Amino acid sequence: MSPSVPLQEMIRAIRSARTQCEERGVIQRECAAIRAQFRQADNGGRSHNLAKLLYVHMLGYPAHFGQMECVRMIASPRYSEKRVGYLGAMMLLDEKQDASLLITNSIKNDLSHSNQYVQSLALCTLACMGSAEMCRDLAPEIDRLLRASNSYIKKKAALCAVHIVRKVHDLGELFAPAARSLLAEKNHGVLHGAVVLITELCERSPETLERFRKTVPDLVQIMKGLVISGYSPEHDVAGISDPFLQVRILRLLRILGRNNEAASDAMNDLLAQVATNTDSTKTVGNAVLYETVLTVLDIKSESGLRVLAVNILGRFLLNNDRNIRYIAMTSLQRIVGTDHNAVQRHRGTIVDCLKDQDASVKRRALELSLALVSATNIRSMMKELLLFLSSCPLELRAQAASGIFNAAERYAPSQRWHIDTILHVLTTAGGDVRDETVPNLIQLITNTSELHCYTVHKLYRALLSDISQQSLVQVACWCIGEYGDLLLRGECQETEPVQVTEDDVLDALETVLQSHMSAPATRGFALTATMKLSTRITDNVDRIRSIVSIYGSCIDVELQQRAVEYNALFKKYDHMRAAVLERMPVIEKNSPGHTNGESTREAVKEVQPAKVKQAETLLPQQPTSQVCDLLDLLGGSEEPLQPNPAVGSTVPVLPISTSSTAGGDLLDLLGGLEPTPLTSAPTVTVYEKGGVTLTLSSEKQSDSGLTVTLTACNSTDSDISSFTLQAAVPKSVQLHMKAPSGDSLPARGAAKVTQMVALSNPNKVNLKMRIRISYTSQGSAFQDTVQVDSFPEH
Amino acid sequence: MIRFLLLFSRQGKLRLQKWFTPLTDREKKKVIRDMTMLVLPRPPRSSNFVQWRDLKIVYKRYASLYFCAGLEQHDNELLALEVLHRYVELLDKYFGNVCELDIIFNFEKAYFILDEFLMGGEILETSKLAVGATMEEADTLQETMEEYMSKPAY
Repeated sequence: MSPSVPLQEMIRAIRSARTQCEERGVIQRECAAIRAQFRQADNGGRSHNLAKLLYVHMLGYPAHFGQMECVRMIASPRYSEKRVGYLGAMMLLDEKQDASLLITNSIKNDLSHSNQYVQSLALCTLACMGSAEMCRDLAPEIDRLLRASNSYIKKKAALCAVHIVRKVHDLGELFAPAARSLLAEKNHGVLHGAVVLITELCERSPETLERFRKTVPDLVQIMKGLVISGYSPEHDVAGISDPFLQVRILRLLRILGRNNEAASDAMNDLLAQVATNTDSTKTVGNAVLYETVLTVLDIKSESGLRVLAVNILGRFLLNNDRNIRYIAMTSLQRIVGTDHNAVQRHRGTIVDCLKDQDASVKRRALELSLALVSATNIRSMMKELLLFLSSCPLELRAQAASGIFNAAERYAPSQRWHIDTILHVLTTAGGDVRDETVPNLIQLITNTSELHCYTVHKLYRALLSDISQQSLVQVACWCIGEYGDLLLRGECQETEPVQVTEDDVLDALETVLQSHMSAPATRGFALTATMKLSTRITDNVDRIRSIVSIYGSCIDVELQQRAVEYNALFKKYDHMRAAVLERMPVIEKNSPGHTNGESTREAVKEVQPAKVKQAETLLPQQPTSQVCDLLDLLGGSEEPLQPNPAVGSTVPVLPISTSSTAGGDLLDLLGGLEPTPLTSAPTVTVYEKGGVTLTLSSEKQSDSGLTVTLTACNSTDSDISSFTLQAAVPKSVQLHMKAPSGDSLPARGAAKVTQMVALSNPNKVNLKMRIRISYTSQGSAFQDTVQVDSFPEH
Repeated sequence: MIRFLLLFSRQGKLRLQKWFTPLTDREKKKVIRDMTMLVLPRPPRSSNFVQWRDLKIVYKRYASLYFCAGLEQHDNELLALEVLHRYVELLDKYFGNVCELDIIFNFEKAYFILDEFLMGGEILETSKLAVGATMEEADTLQETMEEYMSKPAY
């Protein structure tokens, strides 16, 4: 072969350039020279120039000025010029370029050239960059060539037809007859091209597929010939006769046998033969076996054959070659849905592959392991998966974490196991879990009330050891805030008791607040938790007060807002604090938008704790309108949450333990939406007997609406329980009693019970109310009635 | 079908690029960049298959060159390894103990050989002998014409 000297000199010059800048200089000079040469008339070195340009193009430099030269070279009568011209066309022109249309005519002429090598250039170029119009134009030519007598041309025409069919689907019909007859060829190249063409036609059109089913016996015959035949030097690869052709035939058989009993039967024996006889020591044999397995699993094969196929995959799993293990798992993944039990048998090997060094193998093993988790093997599988999580590569962590959550959700053998698992994931890979994990976990925790103590202890311990995993820290803060009283009590059935003082807990929360590792959202959680503790602890309320007031001037606007509001809760609305910071209600599993760890980003916003969190953040700046939105906090428009007083009685929690009562101003809390000046409403004592005092205050809501708040207090030395109030009003007045804040009055006025009554007096009659009081004290029941004739109004 | 075939050196320099689907220059550059970044950092004994977007990438390193092919979902990866190997064998037969420099200085020949082996993303000829024979004949044709053209016209 004669080297192209000018080309090689240029390449040498470019390669000897020491810097990028130098290289650019050389290339610019060369391009200028090439451009000049292009403009000249026909000279002997045209192909060299174009070749140079193509080299420059491969280095990444612009070369579009060579497009027209390609067109000219293709039209040249010299083979050497045509060769480079067509190469240039394939590299520089694609169907999007206008210049590509200009070569259509040349291609057409060259397709009928006397020299087969010129014809082949045209065919190759058409198959590489032929646009839809060119294909439509030249399709009849290709069909003619398919029937030519020259094998060399026939095989090229076949693949050119494949390209045409891909570009213009309707032309498939044109090639079907010729394709059929090509199957009778002996030349492997032509045969291969024919099989590819038929595959393409069948994939595109179901009717063509039906017609070609008749070729199954022929294909089986050809395949048998390849498998059984002796050594053929021309096509042999490591003992397999023409594996490329074998694989293509197997793929075509797969398409023809799919969903068709008759065709599947016809190929059954052949597939069994290939599966058992193919030598699997080299990659090439495994390639054929792999294709065979895929075919067996896709057609309607008999069960014996299916078992054979899955066993081959099982053998692949034990192969030393990583590639083989990888494709085995890919195939098993496809059938894990349909042949689940068969795949389960290989679970051990698959789980072992989790420990493989190779990232691709690990990924496949992870996907397959997650698919194999079931109720029976959940415990052992989870152990392996958690082990994997601690050492898995970063890009797989999110997938592993969410897969583990899903599996835990579906098959958790016990609540405690579930919570433990989630906590384990959060400690190992907390940074990679999805956002909705936090609300999901919180929801899970609130639902398992018997484990509150255990959970909060565990989370507290986790918080002490590591505050860098945001999701974990957020959940821990939330739990400590909610169940801090359980934490401080010390004993817990499920874990060893540990003495936690209030200072310890506040220290932990403050660490989170001050740490630079904490995300803004996390700090919000911590601040809210600190605030909630003010109603659950007894001694260090002042410390909490000071923390909260410090953050009133925090740079983070979100934190500042919260702190200011909590400050207000301490100062102006101290009476409301207990009610506001009460235990959260149990979040129902079927709340709108509840996600099971599946991601839908929109749903994240609707999960309850998140919404409550959002409601909290809706609290506006001015204290006056704070009232209205506290309504959202406790009442919320859409959720099943009841207004606060009812909540207090349904959740089995400790009663409101601290001092201040809601007083008459719960009225403002639950009442109208207009901002009302919050001076305390005048109260009147309407009943005082036997140590029980009932006071009443009222507020006008509208022209005919009035809200009355009744407050009861117990000044005796013994507790009162089952305290209830009933009210009656004149006929035209409408009465609506809201749920009371509680039904027990501790001794010595430790706490009060309030109840709101909404009255509507459209006829403006003289308002009277009769109230019946009943309660139990020291084991005996008491009942009394009092009439109220006048209501204090503003 | 094979969507593309790339040859690049250990430093990421492109030695050959064959595209079997129409892509813009920008898209091609992106794919090349992605492939080099995907393949070059992989440790020596990893598996030769990688999932990238919706394609299966099959790559093999021969001496200082990486051969990288992008396959569609239904293609057989193990066979693709054989295809890459066959191409290397063809180059080796043609150039005699082929090395990277051969492919650099005779890149157009590398393309011609590829065009006799693959077409439209599918295998064209499964016989090594047949490809070798065709290349010889085509080269002879080219030389004959060149000799003829360069002879002085007496």
